Amino acid sequence: MKRMKKFGFGLLTLLIVAAFLVVWIALPWQGIVAIAVVFALWMALTRRGRQTWQVTRVGLATVVQRLGSSSVVVVGIAGVVGVLVAMLAMSDGFAETLRSTGNDRTAIVLRGGSQAELNSILDRDSANVVMQAPGVKKDAQGRPIASGELVVVANLPRKSDPGSDSNVPIRGVSADVWSLRDQVKIVEGRKFTPGLRELIVGKGARGQFAGLDVGRSIRLAGQTWTVVGEFVSNDVLESELWGDTQSVASAYRRGSSMQSVTVMLDSPAAFDTFKASLAGDPRLKVDVSTTQEYFSKQSEGLTRVLRAVGITVGIIMAIGAVFGALNTMFAAIQARAREIATLRAIGFRGIPVVVSVMLETMLLALLGGVIGAGIVWIVFNGYTASTLGANFSQVVFRFHVSAALLWTGIKWALAIGFIGGLFPALRAARVPVTTALREL
Amino acid sequence: MKYMHLIWAALFRRKTRTFFTLVSILAAFLLFGMLDATRAAFASGDSVVGVDRLITTSKYSIIQSLPASLSTRIQAIPGVKAVAAANWFGGIYQDPKNFVLSFAVSENYLDIYREIELPADQRKVYENTRTGAVVGEALAKRFGWKLGDKVPLQSTIFPQRNGDKTWPFDIVGIYRPAKGAANGTDQQFFFHHKYFEDANAFQSVGTTVGWYAVQLTSADKADSVARAIDALSANSDHETKTQTEQAFNASFAKQLGDIGLIVSAIMGAVFFTLILLTGNPMAQAVRERTHELAVLKTIGFSSHSVLGMVLAEGILLLVLGGVLGLALAGIVVPIVAKGSGGMLNLPPIGTQTWILGLVLMVVIGALVGALPALRAMRLNIVDALAGR
Repeated sequence: MKRMKKFGFGLLTLLIVAAFLVVWIALPWQGIVAIAVVFALWMALTRRGRQTWQVTRVGLATVVQRLGSSSVVVVGIAGVVGVLVAMLAMSDGFAETLRSTGNDRTAIVLRGGSQAELNSILDRDSANVVMQAPGVKKDAQGRPIASGELVVVANLPRKSDPGSDSNVPIRGVSADVWSLRDQVKIVEGRKFTPGLRELIVGKGARGQFAGLDVGRSIRLAGQTWTVVGEFVSNDVLESELWGDTQSVASAYRRGSSMQSVTVMLDSPAAFDTFKASLAGDPRLKVDVSTTQEYFSKQSEGLTRVLRAVGITVGIIMAIGAVFGALNTMFAAIQARAREIATLRAIGFRGIPVVVSVMLETMLLALLGGVIGAGIVWIVFNGYTASTLGANFSQVVFRFHVSAALLWTGIKWALAIGFIGGLFPALRAARVPVTTALREL
Repeated sequence: MKYMHLIWAALFRRKTRTFFTLVSILAAFLLFGMLDATRAAFASGDSVVGVDRLITTSKYSIIQSLPASLSTRIQAIPGVKAVAAANWFGGIYQDPKNFVLSFAVSENYLDIYREIELPADQRKVYENTRTGAVVGEALAKRFGWKLGDKVPLQSTIFPQRNGDKTWPFDIVGIYRPAKGAANGTDQQFFFHHKYFEDANAFQSVGTTVGWYAVQLTSADKADSVARAIDALSANSDHETKTQTEQAFNASFAKQLGDIGLIVSAIMGAVFFTLILLTGNPMAQAVRERTHELAVLKTIGFSSHSVLGMVLAEGILLLVLGGVLGLALAGIVVPIVAKGSGGMLNLPPIGTQTWILGLVLMVVIGALVGALPALRAMRLNIVDALAGR
């Protein structure tokens, strides 16, 4: 019978944990704030609540004496939250860099089935057909606003490791590109001159690869090119070097062909007309997408992998941290066994004891979460890294530790604290008073 | 060793605490096993078989091709045993998500890549089938291909003459990579360069080659031969860069991002936490046993054996948890690799990982045990027994 009761109690606690986790994951921040407020009110206004507060105060006052074991909870949870937030910041930063490159006012056209610009090829005639299609915005002279582009890849040494080459994308662009991609701003030097072997370099590329300072010359396809300016755009384009389409095409012997055409649409709504007219044109076999769709899609695979890795690593570390917290808190209630038993002997009920132990654990967990998330925010927010993107070339991106991510980290920390505190708290409230008093 | 039962008894004096600590250690080493497998998967450039191979690519860019005429000139260089040519095909199967590592290769390519062990009869059929393709075992498994299947691959780059980008192939060979092959070798797809040239809408592929794989007569000639190959086209419009296959693969892996660095950073955080997580209960355990240790010393155990016993306890704790964790990783890693559908080629936990793991367990165990052990050694019997 006793066994059954014990088993039933264990099952009940497990159910509580599971229910808590489900609710906790689903709850938005407003919900959690509401819970915190209700809890604070309960503590301040009811008798039981005030008792709880007294017991918690005693517990917190003794934390200083148990600094070593309390720091286990804090550091353990800081580690979990730190690694989790860093991995997610990497994934988010990469996705954002690509997503912000595109918008719904411009569309990109590639040869059918090409997936990425690097694989595509469009001859002069097809490119002209695309530019003249309905839905493309015209400038004051009545010419369509469009840029026929070419992406080639050059080997350039990396700053951090000059011995090994990296694939750096070089984009040939048309004159219209400045109005088409208005996020691009020259911050040093000047724009390239069409027809000359001049390049401008994105801020990200300049930061990652050697020899790209303004005024320097680099060798591409056996010819010497001069870097005449630096641009910022805060998106994936910053990983690139830009030159004039014709010059790049002649250097790489591409004749008059291009790889993609990017056009300005009359309005986002004009996209359907534009797409339909190209799909209906028997001279063409092309894939049409808004630039938003095109660039967002490129981040999908890697973002998913990074998220999965981050969460897997986070869960395994969290399991380790939960057991660390359990150890600490069991030790803590053991050290305070006489004190807790005395409280119960003089009439304190189970609830204040349970809640105070849990509150203490969760406060330690909160501290750990804040430390972990804070360190990652200080060290990694804006940290620049690069990887191989869709065009077989380097994409430079920045880690982005957003407020939402910090919140996720704190939520994890509190969840670990909850589980780590629940079992010791229940134990503290269930040990028979007489046993506890006699033991010491 | 004769104190083993004492150490064991001390370790499990408080079962719950030791169990909790063991779970933390287990989690840490499970993670270590999985992350080390990930690192190994990306650092797959270490094919033991390929030490005598060089890769010649365009100096300026991976996308620029080389003239086909270079082949005979490379062949003439002393120290070169054979030259094979290959081209990137960029194939996908049915859905853009199903990327296939596919290459159009010259006839002798399979001879140079000895780790591709194709049964002789299948090799014969391959040679006689224009649209024949040879695929790795894992790739065949991934898509359920069998010998004799007709498989359409869509190229993201090359259309056929009729403008269609879907190329039909016949699976005529399925190979199993030899021992020592680079990780991921069993995910590749090879077919005849001749078919690629003949059916291709881009006529230029007949006179160009993506890259050359050069087999040397002996591995120690790598440097001189590489220089000689690059000298062939120096100052031309198609300058080459020749490097060992290992260097080529390593530089490619590096471009994906410094996986090694990320893994080390995570592991650093994990093990730092672990030292604290185990160090604290350990210290507590020894503190609780002050009396017992004093008794041990009283009945004649030397200070050094007490030190040794507490140190051994820490190491035993770490090794117990660590071995369980790594063993669990050994079970989980293949499941994850299988579940990713060929996306992640995680190699099984190897001897190297085990050795590194065991070293880490002993070092961390010793670190964790050190402070309590010193305390136990310096214990003054009279004070301890008096409870001071």
